[in-house]
This record gives sequence, C-alpha cells and structure tokens, in this order.
Amino acid sequence: MVNLERRQALKTGGALGLWGVFASLGLMPSFAHAEWNKTLFSAKSMNEALDLIGAVLPETSGDIQLNVPEIAENGAVVPISVSSSLPNATQIMVFVDKNPNVLAANFNLPAGTETFVTTRVKMGQTATVIVLVKADGKLYRAAKEVKVTQGGCGG
Amino acid sequence: MGSPMKIRAAVKDGITEVKILMGHAMETGLRKDAAGALVPAWFITEVTAKHQGKVVLEAQFGTAVSKDPYLVFRFKGGAKGEKVSVSWLDNKGDTRSDEVEITEKV
Repeated sequence: MVNLERRQALKTGGALGLWGVFASLGLMPSFAHAEWNKTLFSAKSMNEALDLIGAVLPETSGDIQLNVPEIAENGAVVPISVSSSLPNATQIMVFVDKNPNVLAANFNLPAGTETFVTTRVKMGQTATVIVLVKADGKLYRAAKEVKVTQGGCGG
Repeated sequence: MGSPMKIRAAVKDGITEVKILMGHAMETGLRKDAAGALVPAWFITEVTAKHQGKVVLEAQFGTAVSKDPYLVFRFKGGAKGEKVSVSWLDNKGDTRSDEVEITEKV
C-alpha cells in the first residue's frame, strides 16, 4: 500500500511552491483560468467542499436518478449517469467521497439543456458517489456506494 | 494539440443527444511511473459545447475524470445539418476544438 498522505504532502508542497513563485513574479499560472475553481477541485473531503460551496449537505431527493454500478471491477473507469426531473436545474456536481480530491466534475446547464449527464470517473477505493443538483437556487442530493475491487489511481 | 474528439449529435423528438469521446491522458499527478517518479498532473479542466454558436453545456473536470473522457448530454432543439462544436482546455493550456453536424436519430 502506498503512503497516500506522504504523496499528498509532496503534491501540496510542490503546488504551493509553484504558486509562490508565480505570485512573486506577478504571473498567473495557465491553469488558473477564471472558470476552473482550483480551490474547490482541490478539496480533500466532502466537508471541505461543502464549506467552499457555502452549503450544508442537502437532504436526499427522490427526484434525482443516479445510476452507478454496485460493483466496479475497474476503479479507473466507473460509469456514472445522472438525471433529474427537478425544475430549473442549473448545475450538477459529481463527488467521490474517498478520492484524494473529492470533486470529480461540475456541469453548468444553460436554459434548454436537459438535467442529464453521463460520464466516467476514477475511484481509488470503495466509496460513495455523491451528486448535488442545484435547482431554483437550492441544492439537492443523491448518493450511492460503489464497491471497487481494483482501485483506479494506478501507480 | 490533442487528438481529435469523436463526437456524435443526433436529434429525436426535439431533443439532441451529444456523445463526446475526448482523447486525453487525464494524469492525476498522484501516479508514479516505473522508475518511481511522480507523473505530473495533466488533465482537461474545462469543456464547452455549443449548438450553432450558443453554449449548451459547460463542464469543469477534476483529475478524477477517467482517461479519455466520455461525456453524454442532451439539449432541447437542434435540427439535422446544424452544427455542434465542442472544445476543451487542459491544465497545461492545450486546447482542442471539433465540430459535427447533427443527424436524425431513427
């Protein structure tokens, strides 16, 4: 078993160092694009992510359909499909609660786009896939556990 | 320049379904190579899809999206022959844009 904490510390340290260098030069690194929320995508836990969003974990909603496999033999490719009948949905967020960075993807839905998305994510271990849907400005949740028999973090 | 995306856009009953397969390593930055060195993070951060120039989906990806990202979404409207374009941006500043014509799903 690899030492995740050590790897994380190395990664965080490296990233902070880089930010320091860029900050001292007055430059913005290319990945600091306005649309991509680096802080949120770096959140290490659901609590941290929710704090950054400024929300408490919402109640589960029966109006969100979350389709994930019960068992994923390959954690590198776990299919996820989300759909919802909630009116005026504008955003879908997909989290994996045990991943090093919990937020996997965010989708902004302009008016006229269906509340539906299918994608594939990596899961390092058995974990819960948590989906938050924002509709009429309010967050709703759906969650399902996926048992991972082979982790998807490689290495 | 990334490799070309595979995109299919098909309209049925007034709803266009778009399926996208992007070619990208999606390195997390946590994986080690055979020599034990960390492979630097390299992943798509943003995806934008447009129909006739109007944005129909904006996605932001973290490192947890699988290698060669697959994405399906649907929007109201769309007609045979109209254009759907998809572009992505990765954390190294590389971009890729591709475009297809909507077909009719039978």
